[in-house]
Amino acid sequence: MSAVQEVVTAAPAIEAVPKRAMTLGNGTSLLVLALLIMVPLFVKNFIIFQMTMLLVYGLAVLALNILTGGSGQFSLGQSAFYAVGAYTSAILMEHAGVNYALTLPVAGLVCFVFGFLFGQPALRLSGVYLALATFALATAMPQLLKLGYFEYWTGGVQGLVVTKPDAPEIVQSVLSWFHLKMSQDMWLYYFTLAITIAIYIFSVNLLKSRSGRAFMAIRDNEIAASAMGIDVALYKTLAFGVSAGITGVAGGLGAIAVQFVAPDSFTIQLAIALFLGMVVGGVGWLPGSIIGSAFIIFVPNIAEGISKGLSGAVFGIILFLVIFLVPHGARQVALVAQHLIGQFKKR
Amino acid sequence: MELFINQILAGIATGAIYACMALAVVMIYQAIDHLNFAQGEMAMFSTFISWQLMQWGVPYWGAFLLTLILSFIGGILIERLLFKPLTKAPILTHVAGFIALFAIINSVAGLIWDFTIKQYPTPFGSSPFLGSQLISTHQAGMIGVTVLLLIALYVFFQFTRFGLAMRAAASVPESARLVGVNTSWMIALGWGMAAAIGSIAGMLIAPVVFLEPNMMGAVVGGFLVGIIENLAGTYIPGVGNELKLPIALALIITVLVVKPAGLFGRPIVKRV
Repeated sequence: MSAVQEVVTAAPAIEAVPKRAMTLGNGTSLLVLALLIMVPLFVKNFIIFQMTMLLVYGLAVLALNILTGGSGQFSLGQSAFYAVGAYTSAILMEHAGVNYALTLPVAGLVCFVFGFLFGQPALRLSGVYLALATFALATAMPQLLKLGYFEYWTGGVQGLVVTKPDAPEIVQSVLSWFHLKMSQDMWLYYFTLAITIAIYIFSVNLLKSRSGRAFMAIRDNEIAASAMGIDVALYKTLAFGVSAGITGVAGGLGAIAVQFVAPDSFTIQLAIALFLGMVVGGVGWLPGSIIGSAFIIFVPNIAEGISKGLSGAVFGIILFLVIFLVPHGARQVALVAQHLIGQFKKR
Repeated sequence: MELFINQILAGIATGAIYACMALAVVMIYQAIDHLNFAQGEMAMFSTFISWQLMQWGVPYWGAFLLTLILSFIGGILIERLLFKPLTKAPILTHVAGFIALFAIINSVAGLIWDFTIKQYPTPFGSSPFLGSQLISTHQAGMIGVTVLLLIALYVFFQFTRFGLAMRAAASVPESARLVGVNTSWMIALGWGMAAAIGSIAGMLIAPVVFLEPNMMGAVVGGFLVGIIENLAGTYIPGVGNELKLPIALALIITVLVVKPAGLFGRPIVKRV
């Protein structure tokens, strides 16, 4: 019904976020890091497990943030990459007996290749059509994992049970000098934290680099970017690959932390949750990923606590309140806070 | 050959469900220029309202009309209360809003009408249509109503001032405002119309898929399949139920790669 020639002068779908506004200042970063290191020492194992999941989902949201906030592509298929990462780790650990830490780079690499290849057909799509294609991927993934052909490897509907790793001998012997013991949960938390920090630094530097600038140029105006000599196809697929790779590592970590993988834990709901995490954290603001991840882990529980029967409605209302108050996500809060602190310093 | 025709007929019968629902989605896409994920849930809620009215003793067509009006008002209210304040927010925030709306409607419907499956009456009867076992008079009636709606919508958008104003408000809001179109109310009207069309779709497909709060999830999942599932499942050996979705995925991706603007969509020319 639309006219054949339609002039699109509307603003791009994803707002332009300047590179500088994508990260935290040094002081704040150190403060957050100190908090993340100190808190587990004082809380119960279950809360440590939840904090591990916070980091894992944080990584997955970060990956989506690189894709959407960085290169301007939209994906509802992150749960598929997460699933591939989780299954790669689980299968390597349980069938091949590979050390858990070594499975992560493999999971990342497998997902990078998978994402890069999926990025090829996705290249020609944008907006709603890209959302639809990635949505189809996310819907098909649980079915693919249940297929009879792969049942020996994937365990079919039952899934796979993964053994939880102990803290390495060296760490344990060092701690035993001080008459301390490290639980499996705590070890896994610090292991995850180390990987999260490494990937966070990698992502920040990636977006600051030549490639990152190419991503953002494509996000802001594809035609202008290609006129400046940026290989649009290469960088768009690359963004898909990097995003999928990071999601894969997160999936692997998630599999180790939950000790279990099954097709039905990687449905479209996971992809939607990751998307909500990105919006709540602020699209294109990397530190917001952890805030978004906290939202998708804790708010459903809070909603259930308020009303069992209406938990979905309570969740929806909370989500509406959040987007009414801060339509730009947690980044908006951070910007206001920064502004206030700046004024305070001037006095 | 007979097998082939029967499979095609069965495919059309399932396809009619999706076509009906797709009309509402296209309607909102025309009006607000993005996809409303909660469209299916709104239709489900409307269908429940009509069911409730019938339980209270309102005759079918009375309930049909009342639901249509209530859905129209409901759609406008949702836009005015929830999405108008977000006008300036980024698009992705809108999408988050749609997801929130989805969660709210689904959960409220479950609380009011619980999750048990309910029978829903049909005005067309359910005897075999023209002697075919695979397509009933209800399904034929559904296809008829869908086609009528499609024509009505086409005429509305193509030949009326209102339709033109709505299209303008969706595709070039600034210019539309300059020539005196009240874009804000056009969007609200679009929401109302989409909700009303969704309610028709819901009331038409409820006799087939039965009425329950998650009925639209099945419809959307099935949207990926259509005629192909019947054909591929019958003719290609080794394609069982478990491969239906992956095949649909492959199909969608193939279509999107070959025709990036959709099967019948026209490419949009961009001006820098």
